[in-house]
This record gives sequence, C-alpha cells and structure tokens, in this order.
Amino acid sequence: MTLHDIYLLSPELSLAGVALALILLDLFVSRKSLLVGVGVAGLVLPVAFSLALWGDVNAEASGQMEGIFGTLVVDKFSLFFKFLLAVAAALVLLISSSYVERIRRLQGEFYALILLATSGMMLLASATELISIYVALELTALPTAALAAFLRNGKSAESGMKFLILSAISSAVLLYGMVFIYGYTGTTSLTGIAERIGQLMGSGDLSPEAAFGDSKALLFGIVLVIAGFGFKISSVPFQFWAPDVYEGAPTPITAFLSVASKAAGFAVILRVFYISFPVGVLSDNWATIFAVLSVLSMTFGNLVAIRQSNIKRMLAYSTVAHAGYVMVGLAAVASGAMSGQVDIGPSGVLFYLGGYVATNLMAFAAIVVVSNRTDSDNIDDYAGMSRRAPFVAATMAFAMISLTGIPPTIGFMSKVYLFGAAVNADLEWLAIAGMVNSVISAYYYLRVVKVMYLQEPSDDSSVRTDKATGVVLGATAAATLVFGVYPTPLINLARSAVGVLGV
Amino acid sequence: MTGRDGLFEGWLTLAVFLPLGAAVAIALFGRNATLVRLFAAAVSVVELVLTFAIFLMYDTSEGSPQYQLVDRATEWIPVQALKVEYFLAVDGLSAPLVLLTGLLGMIAVLASWKIEHRVREYFVWLLALQGAVMGVFTALDFLMFFLFWELELIPMFFLISIWGTGRREYSAMKFLIFTILGSAFMLVGILILFFTVGSFDMAEMPSLVMEHRGAIPVVLVFWLLFVAFAVKLPIWPLHTWLPDAHTDAPTAASVMLAGVLLKMGAYGMFRVSAAMFPDVLRDVSWLLAALGVINILYGAMVVLRQTDMKRLIAFSSISHMGFVLLGLSSAVGVAGIVSEVGLVGASLQMFTHGTITGLLFLLVGYVYERAHTRHIPDLGGLAGRMPLLASALLVAGLASLGLPATAGFAAEIHIFLGTFPVWGWMTAIGALGVVLAAGYILWMLQRVMFGPMNLRFAGLRDATPIEIVPIAALVIAIMAVGIYPPLLTDVFSTGLQPIVESLQFDLNMEVR
Repeated sequence: MTLHDIYLLSPELSLAGVALALILLDLFVSRKSLLVGVGVAGLVLPVAFSLALWGDVNAEASGQMEGIFGTLVVDKFSLFFKFLLAVAAALVLLISSSYVERIRRLQGEFYALILLATSGMMLLASATELISIYVALELTALPTAALAAFLRNGKSAESGMKFLILSAISSAVLLYGMVFIYGYTGTTSLTGIAERIGQLMGSGDLSPEAAFGDSKALLFGIVLVIAGFGFKISSVPFQFWAPDVYEGAPTPITAFLSVASKAAGFAVILRVFYISFPVGVLSDNWATIFAVLSVLSMTFGNLVAIRQSNIKRMLAYSTVAHAGYVMVGLAAVASGAMSGQVDIGPSGVLFYLGGYVATNLMAFAAIVVVSNRTDSDNIDDYAGMSRRAPFVAATMAFAMISLTGIPPTIGFMSKVYLFGAAVNADLEWLAIAGMVNSVISAYYYLRVVKVMYLQEPSDDSSVRTDKATGVVLGATAAATLVFGVYPTPLINLARSAVGVLGV
Repeated sequence: MTGRDGLFEGWLTLAVFLPLGAAVAIALFGRNATLVRLFAAAVSVVELVLTFAIFLMYDTSEGSPQYQLVDRATEWIPVQALKVEYFLAVDGLSAPLVLLTGLLGMIAVLASWKIEHRVREYFVWLLALQGAVMGVFTALDFLMFFLFWELELIPMFFLISIWGTGRREYSAMKFLIFTILGSAFMLVGILILFFTVGSFDMAEMPSLVMEHRGAIPVVLVFWLLFVAFAVKLPIWPLHTWLPDAHTDAPTAASVMLAGVLLKMGAYGMFRVSAAMFPDVLRDVSWLLAALGVINILYGAMVVLRQTDMKRLIAFSSISHMGFVLLGLSSAVGVAGIVSEVGLVGASLQMFTHGTITGLLFLLVGYVYERAHTRHIPDLGGLAGRMPLLASALLVAGLASLGLPATAGFAAEIHIFLGTFPVWGWMTAIGALGVVLAAGYILWMLQRVMFGPMNLRFAGLRDATPIEIVPIAALVIAIMAVGIYPPLLTDVFSTGLQPIVESLQFDLNMEVR
C-alpha cells in the first residue's frame, strides 16, 4: 500500500477518521448538539479530497486511477457517487439532530455509524473486484443494522434484526453467485472477467444466443449476483425486509437507507454489469432480467403502497417502486438506435438517483418534524398540517408531487429522461408500464397532500421546525425545483460520470 | 418556414409568466386578502390586454410566416439525449385560444371575488392554472408542451378539492387520475417521436414525420397521443371525470375547466394529431365522426335527465365537444378535395364553446351564490327578481343551442356545411343534437327563470357591478363572433392552412 493508494482512498479514510473522532468527542463534550456540527463539517474532508481526485482524474488520459493492486478505481463514476453520498449523509445528520433527542445516550455513536456506513458505500462505488465489493457491502450493512436497532424498542429491534439476518442471507447468495463467476472465468477482477468472456466468445465456447453456451454456470452466477444486489436496492422479489425495517428504524436511518443505500447499490450494479458483462456481449440477457424485475417492482410497490396507513411503510413500498423505475435505466441498454445515444440508460440512473436523494430526503425531513411533535407516523395524523406547519406541509406536498413525477420538479425531469432511455432502447412497453405506474402512484402520494391540506386537524397547535431540519427542507426543495426546471448541469455531470463504463 | 432561431420577442413569455409570477408573488407576500384580490384582478386585466394585443399583432396577411411572436432559446436543456428548447410562438390556431385564455382568466378572477376561504392559496392556484394553460397553447417544443400540460394538474386539483362543493375530493382525484393517465401515454408517444426524428420541435414536426415515414410506428404514436387529447376533450367513454369535476368545482374553476381546459384536448388534436399524422387521421376519420355523433347524442340525452344546473351544463359540454370531433372528421375530404370549412367550424367551436359555457357556468355560479341551490325544480321565476342575470342567461342559452347571430350558430353551421358532404348520414344524425339542445336549454330557462317564483327567493338581488363586467365581456364576445364570424375564422383558417394542405397532399398521394 503506497502513499498513492492512501490518496485514492482518502475520501473513505477521512470519513472513517471523522467517525472515530466523533466517538471520542462524545466522551468529552456535554453539549451534544456540537456533534452534528462536527459531523457535517467533517464531511467537507471527503468532499474536498474527492474534488482533488476529480481534478487528477480529469488529467488522466484513461479517465481513471487504479489502486491497491487493481481492486479499487477512482474515476468520475465513483466520484459522482462520493459527492452524492456525502451530500446525503450531511442531510441525514442534520435531520437526525432533532430526532436524537429521544435517544439521549450514544449520540456520538449514532452519528459515527452513519458516517462509517457512508464510507463503506463510497468504497462500494470504487470497488472493481468481486471480493472488495463484498467487503465494502459488509462494511455498509453492519453499521446500518446497528443503526436500525438504535431505538431499543420492540419495533426497532425487530428492524435491526431483520436487516441483519436478511442482509447476511443476501450476502451469502451474492457470494455464491460470485463463486460461479470466478469458477467460470478464473478471476475476480471485473475487467479480467470481461476479457475472459471475450476470449471464450472468440473461441466459440460461449454464445449469448444459446443463453451462454453449454455451460449454464455463468448464467446461474449472474442470476445469483442480481439476487444479492436486488436486496440492496429492495427490488421485487427481494423487498420483503423493506417495510418492517423502514417502519421500525429511526426515521433518519430510514431516510438514509432509502437514498444512500439504494444509490450505492445501483452504483455497484452499473459497474459490475457494464464492465464485466459489457454491452453487446451478454447485455441482452441481463437487461431482460432487469426489465422484468423493473416492471414487477414498480407494480408491486405502487399497488401495495396504496393500502398503507403508516407513512414510513408507504414510503418503503414507494422506494420499491422507485427501484423499479431506476431499473428501467439498467434495462435500457441501447444498442444504438440513435448514434451516440447509448449512455442515456446509465446516465439516467445517476440522474434519477440524484433527484431521488433530494426528493426523498425532503419527505423524510418533513416526517421527522411531524413525528417529533406528534410521535406518530400515521398518515391520518398529518391532517391539517398545512395550517399547523405551513412550510413543512408545503415541502412535503412538493416532495409528493416530485415523487409522482409532475412538473416543475426533478422527479418529472428524471422520469422523462429515464423513460426516454427505455424508448431509445426500443423498450416502449417498459416506458408505458412505467408511466402507467406513476399514475397509480399519484393516488397514494396525493392522498398525503389531501390529508394535509383538506382535513381538519385534531388539535390546532402549531408544529415547530428546528433550524437544522428547516435547512434540509429548504435545500432539498430548492434542489428539486431548480433541477426540475433546469436539469442540464446534473444531466451533464451524470453523462460525464458514466463515460468510464464503456458506453 | 419556421427557422428563425434565437428570436426572442418576449410577448408570449410575458403572457405565460405574468400569471405564474403573480402566483408566486402572492404565495410569498399575499398576507392581506383584499390586496390579494386586487392584485390578482390587476394582473388578470393586464393579462387580458396583453393577450388581446397578441391576438391583434398576429398578422394574417398573405405571405406572413405561420408562426409569429417567436420566443426561442436553444440553451435550455441542450444535452444530446434530451434536446429541449425554450420555444414559444403562436399561429392562427393558437392566437384565438390565447385570447380566450386571457379573457376567461380575467373572468375567473372576477367571479371569485366572494371567495373568503383561504383567499391567498386560492388566487395562487387560479393564476398558476392560467399561466400553465397559456403555456400549453403557446409552447412549440413538444416536451415543454407536455410540461405545461402536466403543470395545470395540481392547481386544478387544489381548486376543486379545497373550494369545491359536494364530493369535491373524489371529483378532484378523479380529474387528476384521468388526465394523468392520458398524459402517461402522451409522454411515451412524444419520446418515440423524439428518438426517431431527433427533435422536439413541434413546428418542424410535420415535415420531420414525413421525412422519417418508415422509421416511426405512426399508428401507435398517433393513438398514444390521441388518448391524452381524448381524455381532455373528453370523448365518450373517457368522459366520466367531467360531470363530477364540473359539478363540484367552484365557479371560477368550472369556467376555466369548460372554457379552456377542454380546449387543450381539441387543440392537441389539431396541432398534433391532424398536423403531424394526416394520413392516420384520414384513416380513422370515420371513427372520429362516429365518436363525435355519439358524444353529441349521448351528452344531449343525458342532459335531459339532469336536475342540477351545473351537471346539465357539464353534459351539454360533452355534447358540444362532439361537434368539434365531427368537424375534425371532415378532414378526410370528399371527391378528392379536402375542404377547410369543417375544420374552421371545429376550431371556431372551441372558442365559442369557451365563451358560451364560460358564461353559463358564471351565471349558474351567481344564481347559486344567491339561492344556495342549483336544483332546477327548486328554482323558478328568478327573472322577476334579477332581470339582468336572466337576460344574460337567455343570451347564453340561446347561443348554446345555436341561434343564428350568436357565436354558437356560426360554429355549428360551419361544421355541418363542412361535414355533410363527407359524412352525410352521420352529420344528419349529429344535427339532432341541436334539436335536443334547444329542448334542454329552453326547458332549463323556463323552469329556472320563468314560471311561479319560489317565495324563498323573494329577497334576491340582481347582478352587482363587479358581476356585470365579466357578463358583459362574454356577451359581447358571443355576439361579436356570432354577427361577424370572420373576426376569428380568418385567423383560424391561416392556422389551418398547412394542415389542410398536408391532408390534401396525402389524399392526392392515395388517389395516385
């Protein structure tokens, strides 16, 4: 491990350092509100390192820098996710600051675990080798399980336990799949796998037409890997953990899971599938799997969400549906209907995730404000919120509109972009399925708006927003609106990030 | 042609963003209800003047470009994968609709003077609605068109669900789900077009579609787009949201809904279905004629059973929108010639129905404010107490049933003249709709305005000055267009010229 390797790892390492510093600091300071400030300020470090790395990556001809014996790569793709994850972590810390009042003890550990999980996710975005991918996944899963159980009541404990066990099972499935891929190709490096597959195709031992030739081992491996990753992004049929975990976990952790964990999951999926099983070689096979999972996820998520009365459970099913929308981007592997347009699918995934982070964190920030006051996550208790907390209700409504995909929001723009990718890849049916699903989703998202704006509150006392959460609400609303009207910078960033995927 | 990139005259941008900006301003600063009302009224009057100026500035003389008052900036979303432009312009088809939106926008604001409940929010949504519809009629970038199309949903949803009556929440949700379902298909249609021809430019789209004939699944795209317009128009059997939404909406929202929102559907049929897919339109025109006749008769027959005045007008709207469809079906041409008469009639019907039904809803709203009922059997003899309102209702009713010298007649006679040579029998059956209209309108007038008066209503007062202004404006519009239709038909026909030409071209191709 050279100094250069440490430099490449600097965002993750600095973030872990900040996490440890927080635990230590917790022992000495009595004003716990200081911890959030330190945590958020500490996030400047990984962002600064990432910016420096971005400059260096830009200077490289290959657009990437490999490190630690080729297990890790820093490129614009991984840096995009590092920025995104850092922003998500900062927002989650801010909305935690009022929520942790009810935890009292162990606040330092709470923040530190969030940061540690974030550093694991950042590592995941950089990993280019199956074993390091697995290690990074575990690094994200363990802190998250601890966080989910943090409230130490029945539901929270169930949440943490469920997450831990199901996460372990899915990791095992993933590992099993990796074993098959390793056994077939003889390497764990993503680029190595691609090379080996290329050789096998050259010698005629492997043909995509015959579903991977005589040996079904590779196909089996790929399916198992998809199953393992499917857990991370809560895609149907691997979504069973989501509602219980989301409901029981502390709300900021639910928010964190729904955006950061999902973003990291999609990062690693994009990298594995675009690098190891490149477009035009095996993409027909895995793209079809993702297309089917996509339709199942959005349809199941939206239909079940309609019946929920708890807002966290509703949003849990909504994230299942949104995983479905994002998978449209995975399925949309364009073989080049319009020349030079093959990157819409993957860049659409990044663009959508960027918008989803802003929108979903806005919704969860509003939930934190309301639940701090009412100690309830029932949708019915949002009645009259437009009068009790006009700003919170307005941002919550805006988040719901964005999740539905109605302008002027980023939810609208990213849906247009992503479904455009599907149409471009000749998957018109998938685009139609996606749009019909957003009609279904309109029903339950707007029901929340309806309750807030139309129903009379049971008590008329006003709900106060603390400063930190107010900042989150304002910032996410601004991002949702600005990128909803002028998405160009974000799209360009996403497009430059996916350049290294070989599209 | 329509090149003129980079032009930016600014008029249309102002017309779209004045109401939207005013809505934002009220949302941020509108603490005082009276000031909010005055501000909204001022904005809507300025907007009306502006749209009138736009209408007058539109140059119909020979050789003037089709699209005028262009506001175009290419640097909005220039990424290759989604090349969206900021592109507003009007042609003969949209200029009158812009004026209609300005007119009804002002009337909607004035009709809302008595709103006391959540005044600030109310005017925010009302002005936002107007701005969004203005955007639909002026946007010439397909994605922008779609954006404005969807932008109108949320304001209308709130207007119906907060300030409505009856089952308002149900009706608002139904309105929203129906519309959004239609637009779901529309977006896919738009995206298929974009990824085949590489442009969202609606002005160039007809020729681009022609150029890429083989590559586009035209029939599929036509239907994907048409469904959205059919929901909005609405065409039977996609109409069920309309009676509910109309009945439960507050007066101003009903005026906007009937007056301009339905026209979005009709406008889309002209701007998109007819202009971009003339061949498919010709193939399905028999179906359009049949659906038009069904709309006319179904609407008119259901009206006969209504006892709620608003519901009555709502179903009469369905009937009247059937005429638009019937007029559009004449696009198939007869004996090798496509005539513009039916199309002119259909587009004129958009405008006249907007003014007539707008006036009807307005008057019903005023009656309801006074009598607190819209139930026809409960009313009666109101003419004695409120002669002004009664005579206005008479004008609106007679225009609605198509009495000569009113706007309704001008539009319907064009439609019949244009369509009869093409679809003789169906037009004849459709014409029964006029007879039925005479029946239900006169029946309603008689029972509401004349006959013995319910003593309960003895203390009611006639229209106040602030109510007379919108009534007078609409009556003038109805009579002016009725007495001298070329005021509008000349403008419409310049807008329809390219459509008729491409239909004719397609017909010639087929004959050969």
